[in-house]
Amino acid sequence: MCRSCDDFVTTLRGRDLVTELSLIRHRGRVLCNAPRSTIGDMLARLTTFAIDGLASRRITVEVDLRTGLPGFTIVGRGDAAVRESRERVHSAVRNSGFEFPNRRVTVNLAPAYLPKSGPGYDLATACGLLVASGQVPAERVDRWAVFGELSLGGELRPCSGALAVAEGARRHGLDGLIVPRECAAEAGLVEGVAVAGVGDLAGVAAILRGDPPPELPTAPSADARGPDVADLRDVRGHAAPIRALTIAAAGGHNTLLVGPPGTGKTMLARRLGGILPPLTREEALQVTRIHSLAGLRRGGGGLITERPFRAPHHTISSSGLVGGGAHPGPGEASLAHHGVLFLDELSEFARSALEALRQPLEDRQVTIVRGQRAALLPTSFMLVAATNPCPCGRGSRACECTTADHNRHRRRLSGPLLDRIDLHVGVERPDEAMLSAPPLASSASVREEVLAARERQAARLQGTGASCNADMPQALAPRASELHLGAREALRDAYADGTLSARGHGRVLRVARTIADLEGREGIEDRHVLEAISLRRSHDLERPEDRRAAA
Amino acid sequence: MLPLDVCGPCLRRTHLLGLVATRIERAGRGRAAFGGLLALEDEDLVAALGARNDRAIHLAREAFEPDSACDAIIAAGLGAVCRHGSWYPTPLLDLEDAPVVLHVAGDPGLLADLSVDDGRLTAVAVVGARRATPYGLDVARVLGRGLAAAGITVVSGMALGIDSAAHAGALEAPGPTIAVLAGGADRPYPASKRALYRRITAAGCVVSELPPGTGIMKWAFPARNRIIAGLASATVVVEAQERSGSLITAEIAADLGRHIGAVPGPVTGPRSAGTNALLHDGAAVVRDVRDALELTAIDVPVSFRRPISRPPADVMPARPAMPPPPADPELRRALEAVDDGATSPGRLARVFDGDVARAAVALTRLELAGLLRRDLDGSYARRAGR
Repeated sequence: MCRSCDDFVTTLRGRDLVTELSLIRHRGRVLCNAPRSTIGDMLARLTTFAIDGLASRRITVEVDLRTGLPGFTIVGRGDAAVRESRERVHSAVRNSGFEFPNRRVTVNLAPAYLPKSGPGYDLATACGLLVASGQVPAERVDRWAVFGELSLGGELRPCSGALAVAEGARRHGLDGLIVPRECAAEAGLVEGVAVAGVGDLAGVAAILRGDPPPELPTAPSADARGPDVADLRDVRGHAAPIRALTIAAAGGHNTLLVGPPGTGKTMLARRLGGILPPLTREEALQVTRIHSLAGLRRGGGGLITERPFRAPHHTISSSGLVGGGAHPGPGEASLAHHGVLFLDELSEFARSALEALRQPLEDRQVTIVRGQRAALLPTSFMLVAATNPCPCGRGSRACECTTADHNRHRRRLSGPLLDRIDLHVGVERPDEAMLSAPPLASSASVREEVLAARERQAARLQGTGASCNADMPQALAPRASELHLGAREALRDAYADGTLSARGHGRVLRVARTIADLEGREGIEDRHVLEAISLRRSHDLERPEDRRAAA
Repeated sequence: MLPLDVCGPCLRRTHLLGLVATRIERAGRGRAAFGGLLALEDEDLVAALGARNDRAIHLAREAFEPDSACDAIIAAGLGAVCRHGSWYPTPLLDLEDAPVVLHVAGDPGLLADLSVDDGRLTAVAVVGARRATPYGLDVARVLGRGLAAAGITVVSGMALGIDSAAHAGALEAPGPTIAVLAGGADRPYPASKRALYRRITAAGCVVSELPPGTGIMKWAFPARNRIIAGLASATVVVEAQERSGSLITAEIAADLGRHIGAVPGPVTGPRSAGTNALLHDGAAVVRDVRDALELTAIDVPVSFRRPISRPPADVMPARPAMPPPPADPELRRALEAVDDGATSPGRLARVFDGDVARAAVALTRLELAGLLRRDLDGSYARRAGR
């Protein structure tokens, strides 16, 4: 009989020994099969991954069993979830038919300086225990990583960030990765590393003993567009906003929709993603990784193939918008990466939140620093904002606001964010005739136009770092030679009579370039400029220094 | 140094007004009563307000010193003219309850100029709603500017909306303008119009009948309106809802036999219900500055006390003709459609076989030609003459 059994017998002295002793014998079979020297002091090392910003970092989980008073300690700067991991692991091991070693257990999450959070270390800790106590052979754990949360019954629960973890496994040249079954499709998107989706701890132990990993679930096809995808075919009327969104998608221009409540601003913005070029696989992987890390994909799904559409409520804080938290994580701006960020009721957002959005809009990425941690988050989104024309929302014809109300509304709108918005378009309530008319466009046909225009831009902007007209630096702005005579005259007239400000002049040029690209013209003609002027920022929203007295 | 052209009795009366102002407010008898009140002699006024036994008022009246009242006016940076002085604008004397003293911030010469009794149109009141539409504001500003440019003093109440737009238009001209306040002339009201107040006092003047430092009281607004009506030889209401203060001004002006004009608005809009009602009751239609200047040529139903002739031809501006219709037949068609209600690219697209891009181009061309203006919500409207 081994020492553990000895201890147990001692504690039972004086009780009903007949039944208890049969229990010991039953238990003792497992424990005492091995020679005493191999049960004892053993060290196991496993690989798992921690999420740091949007990337994963390799974590070595060391499990050491020592003689001494039984206990279970986890070191390595874990948070509350990691500390509670002890209880989950303890129960999961026992409830999966294994023995929890009655030893002094020390778990170290290395490197020790990196703060760790979340329940993702449960599986590595449990496997380490099994390996250290000799219940599972140590061969495979050198080449495989494990990742997942345990329930008390030993089942694996899905965790966020599986894609980033799989990428980490590939980066470190590991053979395979064991993840909860629900995360398998997502982790399986990474090529070059075997992924096993497993349901419980016993299954994990089987794979570590050498069993073949179960088949991966087939990821949903990339082209399968669900029936709930927003299409322009469902829209009646709204010719002007659809045209503006087409231009916006073609040139990557940020857009402001102005219209009374209930006219369909949100509905229109939701359809912008469907007319943008489809996500490339690389983009789709980035989007999937970010959404997975944010915990939005818990419980499955494969690659995200639709461009994300994020519409945060206007009470959002600046860290909610651009990212933050003790462990810096993505905000709405990053969740909208490669997609559309929609800010409804723009004038209601906190000034600080909108200010914070400026850098992500300019740089297409944002660095969040919290304490000693920094995270670089990508924020390449298209901005669509919406607002009522005035506080009462009725618009110019039936408005009941005072001039003071108007001024306040305009002051709140005309923040620095507006400098990055090229297109201002009115959205009006469609009338009866429009509602009964057939739809004006389908997303597929508009997307083709957009793709053609984007190709022309890509050819022109090759090697400049900009990918679309909206990103075009001032130096690349359309030159006079690209402008036809009529276009030059129209611009000059608009500038001379104060219709255009100097700032607006540059924006109109960029938009006119996009309109010409949509038409497949190399030269910018007067009608392109005139249409661009009709989509310019309202005079009332110009910055005071750009404003010039009309007349 | 601003003139202090005031006599003791008038100062005493003004002092009393300041004392009983809150009592009048409490009496709360609305506009029907204040006129009668202000026409009463001092003792009758006190009696009517039931203040004969008010010890505080009694003591304050006993202690009144014309010199210290003058000091207070000077200390507030104001001037003052009383109805017996040579600076007092004589048109005000038509009022039965003419203000006894006008406190002035800015140039009181403007007031004296109104006394010229050669039958010329000297001042026009441009008044209207605080809650105004962009259309109303546009028209008020253009009227203010045009009148001031013709040398006519623009009188208004510096309220939000139409009033302020009229003042601002006059200042743009630049030309004379008088703001009549309901509180003390040293207190810009509304406070948000402080900048406008400074510009008006620099180029024209701000007046009030109440002593400096008097706060805002409800009854003082209709009382202020009677001064606006009294100062101007014609009153133009730009936008007014039904039962609005601007209609009180128009009513008082009519009682004085002055000329009334109103700017027509949509019959469906609550903002112009008052002005349209005025037009229905016989006010002159004011479409532009020229109409406003011609007001004097129109017979008004009430007998004239001060016959006023048309202004001489040299101050009469040419009617600011609508910019000529566009030569391009396509643009002309588009403009007609805008007038018919196709005020946005989406609606105008029907004229262009559903091509919203061409509609947008046409609208921009019309905007650059000065025919249309674009609102915040992307809709277009006809522009008032420049």
